[in-house]
Amino acid sequence: MAKEFVARGADLELKGIRKEFPGFTAIENLDLKVPAGEFFALLGPSGCGKTTTLRLVAGLESPTKGKIFIGKTDVTETKPHERPVNTVFQSYALFPHMTILENVAFGLRQRKIEDPIGKAKEALNLVQLGHLAERKPQQLSGGQQQRVALARALVNRPSLLLLDEPLGALDLKLRREMQIELKAIQMEVGLTFLHVTHDQEEAMDMADTVAVMNLGRIEQMGAPEALYDRPKTVFVAKFLGQSNLLVGDVGSTSANSLSIEVAGNKISVPKDRAEKHTGKIAIGFRPEKATFHTKKPSASSNLNIIGPGEIVDIRFTGVSNQYLIEVPNLGDITVFAQNMGQSPVIELGEKVWISWSVDHSFGLSDLPTGSETD
Amino acid sequence: MAFAAFSSNVKVDAKPTKTGKVVIALLAPGLAYLGVFFLTPLIALIMVSLQVPDPTGVYGKYVPAFEIGNYAYVISEYFPHIIRSFSYALIATLLALIISYPLAYFIGVKARPWPLLQKLMLTLVIAPFFISFLLRTLAWKQIFSNESWIVTTLQQIGFLGPDQYVVGTPFMVIFGLTYNFIPFMTLPLYTSLERLDIRYLEAGADLYASPAKVFRKITFPLSLPGVISGTLLTFIPIAGDYINASGEFLGSPETAMLGNTIEANFLSINDYPSASALSVLLMGAILILVTLYVKRSGTEDLL
Repeated sequence: MAKEFVARGADLELKGIRKEFPGFTAIENLDLKVPAGEFFALLGPSGCGKTTTLRLVAGLESPTKGKIFIGKTDVTETKPHERPVNTVFQSYALFPHMTILENVAFGLRQRKIEDPIGKAKEALNLVQLGHLAERKPQQLSGGQQQRVALARALVNRPSLLLLDEPLGALDLKLRREMQIELKAIQMEVGLTFLHVTHDQEEAMDMADTVAVMNLGRIEQMGAPEALYDRPKTVFVAKFLGQSNLLVGDVGSTSANSLSIEVAGNKISVPKDRAEKHTGKIAIGFRPEKATFHTKKPSASSNLNIIGPGEIVDIRFTGVSNQYLIEVPNLGDITVFAQNMGQSPVIELGEKVWISWSVDHSFGLSDLPTGSETD
Repeated sequence: MAFAAFSSNVKVDAKPTKTGKVVIALLAPGLAYLGVFFLTPLIALIMVSLQVPDPTGVYGKYVPAFEIGNYAYVISEYFPHIIRSFSYALIATLLALIISYPLAYFIGVKARPWPLLQKLMLTLVIAPFFISFLLRTLAWKQIFSNESWIVTTLQQIGFLGPDQYVVGTPFMVIFGLTYNFIPFMTLPLYTSLERLDIRYLEAGADLYASPAKVFRKITFPLSLPGVISGTLLTFIPIAGDYINASGEFLGSPETAMLGNTIEANFLSINDYPSASALSVLLMGAILILVTLYVKRSGTEDLL
């Protein structure tokens, strides 16, 4: 299988994967399907099992339970060197005793592909490092090493390319550049990319599909826009961007929306945007979807209003200001306001009401820690 | 220089900015020591190697001269010994490498999850040093002595003829040399393999290299600094060794190495110029071989 010089991506499927290490379980029970040609991101905090998942796919670890399929082939028992998979390692792992060119040609030579040097040179040109072919890895900067690692994996035209936080060590500007470059390369070569990262912006920016992982499980999976617009759990709401969460018992229910009472404020969410329709639930909204008013806005059925609260902190971040508003009996609410002209719009200590469209609320399936019982 | 292979493979580019009086004062004792105990004897040795017998014919008395012919004489006279020394040293070094590498790999790489096992095994590698080198060599002579059960068994099963013995054969000498110098090979190999980054091996496997290929293309080249210091630390002393090959230990006159001929010339025959010429030759040959070896293996390319 690895002998074949594949030029297009293959499906990846994980079925009921469980991975135990002495003393802990890294992955509980993982089912995952990545369609061919897709840029798929596994997003999660460190220790959530995402790197272990990647190593299982690469064959560097074997699962305690479950099966791994690449294309239609079961590769669970296949050795790493026999899998049509290449990895861009977090540490790059460029061989220090070989030149850049030899590093890139390594995989081709192992598979006895014709003209390894010519193909390696082409791959180096693709990442714009052709002029450094004769250098040793340790003479290159972090960003250059990262691109060599990418070329060394891509040149093999694997069915599946695994990226293990490859941009983690780069500074912000370089990281943004590399993200654009990486996405462009993926579009160009049409391979299946499985990208592991803890950077939510990177995942949303680059991936077609994002799977948010936590504690060895996938919390939620979907297109970045969908995940951001409608997180289903507290973890996703908090990890993917910022969220304000309000907790209360479901009171009045209408045909297509339900409401909770929080400190005298009625908060509504459309039924089709709520995971739970009864009992105690958490309703969230994004800080940039909310606006604040110095006078109480007139009530409307499609507007959630809370307040009054006091502005306790203003942070200037360039494109926007972040306001922290302390609402009595309800906690702190964050609101972002874009800097379009008058900035800041409001002073510290002012009394404000916060409003957002009911359609921007989302109801979660679980409750934030600390609010389960009271 | 050959000695670079012993040092760590970190290249230090920074040069000292000041060479003050303090530096000279600190260096002085070492330089004086080298001058008195290394440079002076070396020059004396070279001078003796060029001396000629006393014209009055007094036995064991030599006068200063510049007789290059001494070298030609020892080369023709002791040519078999020279070849034997370097062949034994080469074979014993290779055997030590073949035996030590898997051992060092196991201790330095495979046993990483169990630090206690690592320490225990390292201690076992060094343990023989707690007993004198001479005693251990004599013990082997005892084990393989002509009346020992090993030799009689080997004779009974026909592996050895009725008049064939083990002690005194090249096999016994090479065996002894290998045995005695294995720790000098294992320790540098261990030091180098212990720092081997497993991620390079994983990257190799990920890039379609079979375990054998990963070893040949990645593990071995990355452990080359250890291989080079290990082989130098064994080859150099083995080439000049005279204990194992001597008749009092594991050898016989047929296995005499350069060290034994130097000893005989100095202490028995009292032919000081020949002994000195052999010593200088041995030193020069080792220096040239080692320099070529280090240059060939290109250690300077490693990190």
